[in-house]
Amino acid sequence: MKGKFVQKPRTKTMLFGVLGSLVLVLTACAPGSNTGTTPNTGTGSTASANPSFDQKTFDTENAQRTATFTGDPATPWLQYLPGAMVDASKTKLDHPGKVCFSNAALSNTWRQTGWITMQQQLKVLQSQGVISKLEARNAQDSDDTQVADIDYFINENNCDAYIIAPNSPKATAGAVERACATGKPVIIFDRGAGTDCETSFVHSVGGYAWGIDSASFIAANVKKGGHVVALRTAPGVDVFEQRWAAAQHIFEKAGLKVTDYLTGADPAKIKSTLSDEIAKGTVDAVWVDLGDQAVPAVEAFEDAGKPIPVVTGEDVLSYLRAWKAKGFKGFAPVYSAYQWRTALIAVGDLFQGKEIPKDWVLPQVPVPADKLDAAINANKGMPDGHYASFGGEDLPGYPTAWQKP
Amino acid sequence: MTTTTRFTTERRPLLARVGRGLRTPGGAIFVLLAILLVGLFLYNPSLGDPGQFMRFLGRTAPILIVALGQYFVIVSGEIDLSMAAIIAAQVVLAGNLIGQDASRILPVVLLMALLALVVGLLNGVLTTLFRVPSFIATLGTALVVSGITFYATGGAPSGNPVDSFREIGRGGIDKVPVFGFVPYSTIVLAVLVVLALVLMRRPFGRMLLAVGDNARMTALAGASVWWLRTRAFILSAFASTIAAIVLVGYAGVSPVVGQGYQFIAITAVILGGVVLGGGRGWVLSAIAAAFALEVLFSLLDFIGVQSTWRPAVQGVIILVALGVPLLRFTRRRSQTLRSNRPNK
Repeated sequence: MKGKFVQKPRTKTMLFGVLGSLVLVLTACAPGSNTGTTPNTGTGSTASANPSFDQKTFDTENAQRTATFTGDPATPWLQYLPGAMVDASKTKLDHPGKVCFSNAALSNTWRQTGWITMQQQLKVLQSQGVISKLEARNAQDSDDTQVADIDYFINENNCDAYIIAPNSPKATAGAVERACATGKPVIIFDRGAGTDCETSFVHSVGGYAWGIDSASFIAANVKKGGHVVALRTAPGVDVFEQRWAAAQHIFEKAGLKVTDYLTGADPAKIKSTLSDEIAKGTVDAVWVDLGDQAVPAVEAFEDAGKPIPVVTGEDVLSYLRAWKAKGFKGFAPVYSAYQWRTALIAVGDLFQGKEIPKDWVLPQVPVPADKLDAAINANKGMPDGHYASFGGEDLPGYPTAWQKP
Repeated sequence: MTTTTRFTTERRPLLARVGRGLRTPGGAIFVLLAILLVGLFLYNPSLGDPGQFMRFLGRTAPILIVALGQYFVIVSGEIDLSMAAIIAAQVVLAGNLIGQDASRILPVVLLMALLALVVGLLNGVLTTLFRVPSFIATLGTALVVSGITFYATGGAPSGNPVDSFREIGRGGIDKVPVFGFVPYSTIVLAVLVVLALVLMRRPFGRMLLAVGDNARMTALAGASVWWLRTRAFILSAFASTIAAIVLVGYAGVSPVVGQGYQFIAITAVILGGVVLGGGRGWVLSAIAAAFALEVLFSLLDFIGVQSTWRPAVQGVIILVALGVPLLRFTRRRSQTLRSNRPNK
């Protein structure tokens, strides 16, 4: 009896001993883990080992980044790359059409900026008698909700066209195909749909181009062997994975040492992480995959009393203003927010029987240091979460519609 | 190990008491913390500089404050899952309402305090008077609070509040003797810890422990169980609010600020030897455990564990840290109990 009682806890202690050593093994064998102060050096096969990296897309977007677009550069939301066009004779309507919009989310400032631009564009098309109504459903970052939203529209059976901003390409592909099967035009924009049944896919050049732009700036401004801290929002989200895959590839080629962190875009985590990195050694540059992450990163250097190194961001005004005010070396890659209005314009063109590009690639022009002042001045009075590439200067309600708190 | 040693009433020598205390889960956490700190200093000698260390302590202040709030609830036998939602709501409230107007700081802070009071009261009343298990009740209020935040902001808040409001989380007093640099957040933390220690020694604290240990007995003894527990929930909501104010200062406005804090806080409180059912545990152990967790996360930064691998490493370390002392403690207790049994 007594022996049994004494024996039992011992086995448990042993179990935890085994578990404890397992931790040590896990920590030591963690892929890419380092026991010294040297971070991930990004040598050899790291970039090609990234399952998200696709050389073909990289090359395509790298070329499109600097390509010449058809159309007037003053209205970039109407520009496109030459290619196959969609015949619009069958989609022409003799009455204003109803558009059903399944939106992945409004959970970040880029989407909110774009959504305002889209609604102001709607007013124009409504006054022209092209679109009667835009019914929008917000999937709040959920694949399931979005699939349900699209099916709801299909069952409702009174949409003249669908606009879908997919949450994640693969998860929503089935629902998008069902929407295509209704025979009505389907416009996909922003992230891809994981299928090619859509009438047209509207997007600016893409995540690879974004990553190439920003990472190349760092590669050009940091000496070989320099240390880059990369702040990544979330793993497995294709937009971020593409930006990161491209940037990682550039850093590797430039011979830079890279340490990457997953931050969930939580500013507290970003600041803590960077404070640790600053304490640990030199940080020559900070690369972010989302503009919102840049300002906390800059603050971490300020609070530590260290000079601010190269910190890339995005064309969100909070970053542009911090860049201007603090005068560090910055660079703002752009994922054009005006594609939100282009999606609606595409539908409007189809309703009017005007042909549109099958793959509507919009320009994606970054903001380098010499265009910083112009970008800030053009957006005076806009909130911090506003994006310089909102593309709504000619729309009704400018500028007040974008200044809502 | 005889009956007399267990039930003796005379105080043992201090060293013996400390030694005995260190072998309980609530004491062992200080040993773990010391080991982790040594590791941190080894990997990052620059933290040996007092100013740097105070900065480090300052940035961990919000999570320590949240753990402190959670302690009151857990020790009273309940659990509060609404803390992260309150933090997010308060952060957004501060960002959107204060904006760039420093004169609005005071009214907005009062409004935030009011919100904390309402949510804390709601949590308490739902749990005690309506007998909804706190697990569900606080999850419910969390959903309501974050739903309202989501509705009010459309998912993304407008921007950071004025810099003078953010000073409390970013600034500090420079050139202090011995400490070097003292962030305001560490002062806030110190004041709260002292208040909590005093509170737990006052009748309220004693009764709170009693409620957590045996609510029925406490009720029969004439105490108002619902009001004791409700006050614990209100304290927790206030702790979340203070953490939110420090966080807005430190990090700025973001809807994801504070995400997951309640789970780190609950882990810390349990790791600090506070019994999940309530009734036993020391507030300082809970705070030390929260600090130990932060040191651990930071240590992983310094060691350079790959980003995608870190959550797993953190999880296993926490599981082991939770499991080992608890097992040792229960084994020792059961042995003592057995040896106390007559004729065995």
